[in-house]
Amino acid sequence: MMSTPDVELTVKGHKRLERNITLLGLFTLIAVSIGGIVEIAPLFWIDNTIEKVDGMRPYTPLELAGRNIYVREGCYSCHSQMIRPFRDEVERYGHYSLAAESMYDHPFQWGSKRTGPDLARVGNRYSDEWHVQHLTDPRSVVPESIMPKFGFLADTDLTTEDPQANLIAMHRVGVPYTKADIDRAAADLAAQANPDIDAGDLQIRYPKSQIRDFDGNPQRLTEMDALVAYMQMLGTLVDVNSAAAQEKLATEKGR
Amino acid sequence: MQAETALGRIGLWFLLMLVMIGVMLGAKDTPFAIQAGMIAVLALVMVFITASRFDPAGTNRGFFRMPEGKTRYDDDPVRWATIATMFWGLAGLLAGLFIALQLAFPVFNFEPYLNFGRVRPLHTSAVIFAFGGNALIATSFYVVQRTCRVQLAFPALARFVFWGYQLFIVLAASGYLLGITQSREYAEPEWYVDLWLTVVWVSYLIVFVGTLLRRNEPHIYVANWFYLAFIVTVAMLHLVNNLAVPVSFLGSRSYSLFGGVQDALTQWWYGHNAVGFFLTAGFLAMMYYFVPKQAERPVYSYRLSIIHFWSLIFLYIWAGPHHLLYTALPDWAQTLGMVFSIMLWMPSWGGMINGLMTLNGAWDKVRTDPIIRMMVMALAFYGMSTFEGPMLSIKFFNSLSHYTDWTVGHVHSGALGWNGLITFACVYYLTPRLWKRERMYSLRMINWHFWLATLGIVFYASSLWVAGLTQGLMWREYGADGYLVNSFADTVAAIHPMYIMRAFGGLLYLAGFVVMLWNFTQTLAGKQRAEAPMTETPVNAAADRPLPAREPLAAPAQ
Repeated sequence: MMSTPDVELTVKGHKRLERNITLLGLFTLIAVSIGGIVEIAPLFWIDNTIEKVDGMRPYTPLELAGRNIYVREGCYSCHSQMIRPFRDEVERYGHYSLAAESMYDHPFQWGSKRTGPDLARVGNRYSDEWHVQHLTDPRSVVPESIMPKFGFLADTDLTTEDPQANLIAMHRVGVPYTKADIDRAAADLAAQANPDIDAGDLQIRYPKSQIRDFDGNPQRLTEMDALVAYMQMLGTLVDVNSAAAQEKLATEKGR
Repeated sequence: MQAETALGRIGLWFLLMLVMIGVMLGAKDTPFAIQAGMIAVLALVMVFITASRFDPAGTNRGFFRMPEGKTRYDDDPVRWATIATMFWGLAGLLAGLFIALQLAFPVFNFEPYLNFGRVRPLHTSAVIFAFGGNALIATSFYVVQRTCRVQLAFPALARFVFWGYQLFIVLAASGYLLGITQSREYAEPEWYVDLWLTVVWVSYLIVFVGTLLRRNEPHIYVANWFYLAFIVTVAMLHLVNNLAVPVSFLGSRSYSLFGGVQDALTQWWYGHNAVGFFLTAGFLAMMYYFVPKQAERPVYSYRLSIIHFWSLIFLYIWAGPHHLLYTALPDWAQTLGMVFSIMLWMPSWGGMINGLMTLNGAWDKVRTDPIIRMMVMALAFYGMSTFEGPMLSIKFFNSLSHYTDWTVGHVHSGALGWNGLITFACVYYLTPRLWKRERMYSLRMINWHFWLATLGIVFYASSLWVAGLTQGLMWREYGADGYLVNSFADTVAAIHPMYIMRAFGGLLYLAGFVVMLWNFTQTLAGKQRAEAPMTETPVNAAADRPLPAREPLAAPAQ
């Protein structure tokens, strides 16, 4: 910068930043980095961030396909999946959500708005028929509802998903699918929605998975099958009342 | 343009078209194929445009109504981005009104493409990233040239930033309707759109910093600190938050690298600082240039601007966890987020005070200048929402407000009041200068816009305050028998009137914007409305005279 030596002498302290874009940029980057490093990074190594609970397992290929439809339709805009530890919420929706229950959620779908009710424990609360009816025409079962209709799901074959590739991608981001899970992904997907197909060891590899025709139309495997299968498993995996993990802290291994 | 160059470019566009057709045919899912097809069509259009014109600048001048002759600063991208701001503003506000009506009257949902869940991200992205983003590109390119007394560095790259950003918007928005989304708030675009935005954003940084490096002023003006912090931080947030593994390089779906609680905090670290750096730091930069310019006063306090700049950018980053209070996020992180959110109140108000006090000695302009009035109202809404924000970050209030429409109302008092009004004011300032007009088509229409917008925000925010409190209180209401009083459906029915009021508020705000759009297009067309000036002091010619000679009084009695 062209300036006289006299002027240079007065350039001290903050004035140096105001005249040097590199310094200004560097200090800015430092200032905006600290918060994230202090708050986010420890979540990856503090063991008690995610409590140890029994029963958590990755999604079955059909549930994952259903979850992808949940993501595609932007259900998080109106439905949370995170019950807070308040008396009214616990009585309305069930035991408050544990971090472990969403550990295989890529991305998380905790949501931020309840235009409709929380769905973290909606599994096994309503019948499959109710879900299909409600998704097809919400106001036919809940007159006050302002939910959009999703009847097209029942008319759309579940064809766009490549189950194996989806499981491989989930495995790459750290979800512990076994080789058998990945190899049998397509077969598992078909078998879970059709009780006539031999499911093999599906329910051993995925405990508590539910095998049936979910959309009431055994002829077709539709997106409705997948979405209802996903909704019916939400919050059903962990026996929250026996979770000792909430009482006992794990020993920090200090990784 | 030389014929050989044109031919070469035609070849490149043609090649891109072929590649995209290949991608379309090999795509794993239909929406991805549609988006590849869109780019192929775009490339085909570019083939024809390149072939049919050897004077692109001339065509541009006609389309954008650019003034004749060479300008001293490189203002073409600024003009384009200003027009884009107006265009996307209309699109975003229309989408907003549409989804507000969907919430009030569910018959407005048209499955599958126009269901609420697909249009809502279209609305948020259109107003934040399309409307706000183009306003930031326009003003940053305008301000950095003026305050550095130099033309934009890398003019070609600056043009790429503009067009590349528009492509990002089109891909993101059409993707939502087709069902391509990560369903992570304000970071919905999928992996390939994110990669494209990264390229555009790095180019933006290069143009901006390059211009600063070539500056003729020894000192970097404060507005540029804020623009720099905005560009650098958004780059960091975007890169970290969108780390994901695509299922296939020929398909739209990806799975985020982080899951569950880690993904939640990363996402809200991103989400809150999209507010903090996109909608606050960037817009404060606009405030720091355009408020002093319009008021013709220097910035109130140099020292305050230093303190509030560093404290704002340092503290904002910590505030993300206040979106996750009482969730499964560890308590220590929640508490940190809450404490820093409360501290954030002060630097936020530092900005408001610096803006408002700049009017010292020019307060009369609030009465006479509708643009100044709009800026003052924007700063007032900034102050209000940056008080409400820290308040809602306190666990006590958050336990009631979270998951309710109170949050939505809070966001809109900031977005409509602060971001909207300050952008409108800047566009009103810029338009006559960029298109070399004497003034806007109509000043009285700015006044109309001001009142329609303000009234709209009042309707919007107050109806959602009531809706949020109603929801929160009804959800937790217990009867004397010890049971919950209300079913969830009861609370939905209870806030129906408030949802109608909110849509009405949105309609008023949109009406104000339509007035602006008319004013804007007429100004570009070179017209001036014949109207009484805003500041006229009434002249009463009849009264403007000496008193008539008085009748001689009767002679006093002797």
